[in-house]
Amino acid sequence: MTNKKLKILLGKPGLDGHDVGVKVLGHALVKAGFNIVYTGLRKQVSDIVQMAREQGVDVIGLSILSGTHLVICEQMHAAMKNANLATPWIIGGNIPDEDVVAIVERGATAAFPTGTSIAAVIGYFTAMKK
Amino acid sequence: MKNNQQSLSRVVLESGIEVAPLYTREDIEKTGSADDIGLPGQQPFTRGIHAEMYRKRPFTMRQYAGFGTPAETHERFQYLIKNGQTGLNVAFDLPTQTGLDSDDPCAAGEVGRVGMSVDTLADFEEVFKGIDLDKITVSLTINGSAIVLIAMYFAMAEKYGFDIKNLRGTAQNDILKEFIGRGTWVFPVDASVKLVVDTIEYCANEVPKYSPVSVCGYHIRESGANPVQEMAYAFCIAKAYTDEALARGLDIDEFASRLSFNFDIYGNLFEQIAKFRGGRRLWAKIMKEHYQAKNEKSGWMRMIAGGGGGGLTKEQPENNIIRSAYYALISALSGTQTMALCSYDEAYTIPTEKAAEISLRTMQILTHEMGLCDTVDPLGGSYYVETLTNQMETAIAEQMQEVDAKGGIVAAIASGEIQQAISEQAYERELAIQEGRTPKVGVNCFRKEEEARTVAFHPYNEENARKQLVNLSKVKAERNAAEVSKCLEKIRTDARANLNLMPAVIEAVKVYATVGEITAALKDVYGEYVEPIYF
Repeated sequence: MTNKKLKILLGKPGLDGHDVGVKVLGHALVKAGFNIVYTGLRKQVSDIVQMAREQGVDVIGLSILSGTHLVICEQMHAAMKNANLATPWIIGGNIPDEDVVAIVERGATAAFPTGTSIAAVIGYFTAMKK
Repeated sequence: MKNNQQSLSRVVLESGIEVAPLYTREDIEKTGSADDIGLPGQQPFTRGIHAEMYRKRPFTMRQYAGFGTPAETHERFQYLIKNGQTGLNVAFDLPTQTGLDSDDPCAAGEVGRVGMSVDTLADFEEVFKGIDLDKITVSLTINGSAIVLIAMYFAMAEKYGFDIKNLRGTAQNDILKEFIGRGTWVFPVDASVKLVVDTIEYCANEVPKYSPVSVCGYHIRESGANPVQEMAYAFCIAKAYTDEALARGLDIDEFASRLSFNFDIYGNLFEQIAKFRGGRRLWAKIMKEHYQAKNEKSGWMRMIAGGGGGGLTKEQPENNIIRSAYYALISALSGTQTMALCSYDEAYTIPTEKAAEISLRTMQILTHEMGLCDTVDPLGGSYYVETLTNQMETAIAEQMQEVDAKGGIVAAIASGEIQQAISEQAYERELAIQEGRTPKVGVNCFRKEEEARTVAFHPYNEENARKQLVNLSKVKAERNAAEVSKCLEKIRTDARANLNLMPAVIEAVKVYATVGEITAALKDVYGEYVEPIYF
């Protein structure tokens, strides 16, 4: 994987229309040399998983600001299992710090609450690349 | 990181205007005409739309509220009114905002979460029960499904005995900005604009005191626009609705006075005040010179302004109380009609009752203790403020010309061009904060590491979501199914015939057709918006 760009699917699951954060991160990751695929708003978890499979992405990042992150994590866990897909997935957005553990327990690799720096996220993906 | 006071060699505002260390009368004269300052209540309304402004009546205080079932929201509304709030600003949950019913599979986990859940007229009957709609003005924060919710509001008011000819209130109903920020669009761009203009046309004829559209610069700014773009894009959008309404044969003075605006406040204090004063003057000129409006009120830039979510921080959340107080001051110094503040905990959660109360008290302290109502436009005549007002007016007008030269705002939104440009700006802005080039107290300067979180979360009540589903199935069981089908078919027929859909939608809500059913009927004819993706 070191020879090619890490391919990241950025997704907006559920009905939440707040996309400033995910787009800011998208711009940052493109500038940092990652290959970005963006789902657009209001996608069902099953659609996101199917897109991840079709696009052959290395990692899935889901942006959630409406407070539904735990519900979506449960859907995601089930959808990934159904699709028999082992792609790592992470959550970002308006996440209370104390929910990070619960998110990881539901199958996410990591969770980045509000206040996480762009540099930290880039660092995370860069480490994943190696 | 800027942790110490530094001497300023050069100051450039977000809008690109350079600030001089000192201003004199000469600067005002160099940047504009002295006639443009004028008097409040007179063209071109630089100093305010009313002669006496807050001497006669202070701004309306209208905090955004609503969550869970209509019964819960009703309780919160009663609490706010009891505490002296003079208007209501209704928040809806995401299924309602995107035209889905509570029992839709896509609504799982979302029912009543970020706002009140509404499926049928029965929900509106419950939430507004016993509220005097002649005294309390209600603002509905609804866009994608606005035509349905506005119809419900009128049907409910009529049912409770209010004369809709005298009914006041506002709907946000600005779909064009939803494509830029906020994202609760449903139908393709052209059909969406058509539905907005249906409400304008219907209100002009049937509910003449109601404000059917509140054009939002707010969310455009939150999405990355600078203050000049915020005003310019909002005015371009307001002009797009206006042009369509005129094309239907309405006279400008039949509806322009009922258009209002919703703007954002954060960033440099003087830049925001100047954007409002300069913008207000420009809008008056556009109405008078471009549209030849005869009614002075058609040129009034009436606005709600106060909150500025983008300026608030998760770090040291109590600092947001101070920020919001300054934003409120800016709003009052700018001659706002209505004020709503973001509560200090909004970067985390739906405001707690305590946080919402602090917001309300912040506004009350301004009007009751600080003398903000004592005299009109207290900054009028300030060398700096008037110069900056002139410069902002010019910059906003130039930005509007730029949009028009590229084919207009509707085309620029449909292609995704505006969205892409301002999301890049949002990235640059965020980077400037994270790299410490734009100081943000408590974030990139005066930061305290590893502080404990001091904000309580608003809990999500799943039991209430279940109650909403029970209520919905009860309404569905009791209504006349044949009448509902007939009304939904009438909506499809009228949509295909390109008629104004308000009458058909009002008939449908009266027989308890749901938000989801009516939206689905419209989708049958118009289809759905496909978002341009630019990564």
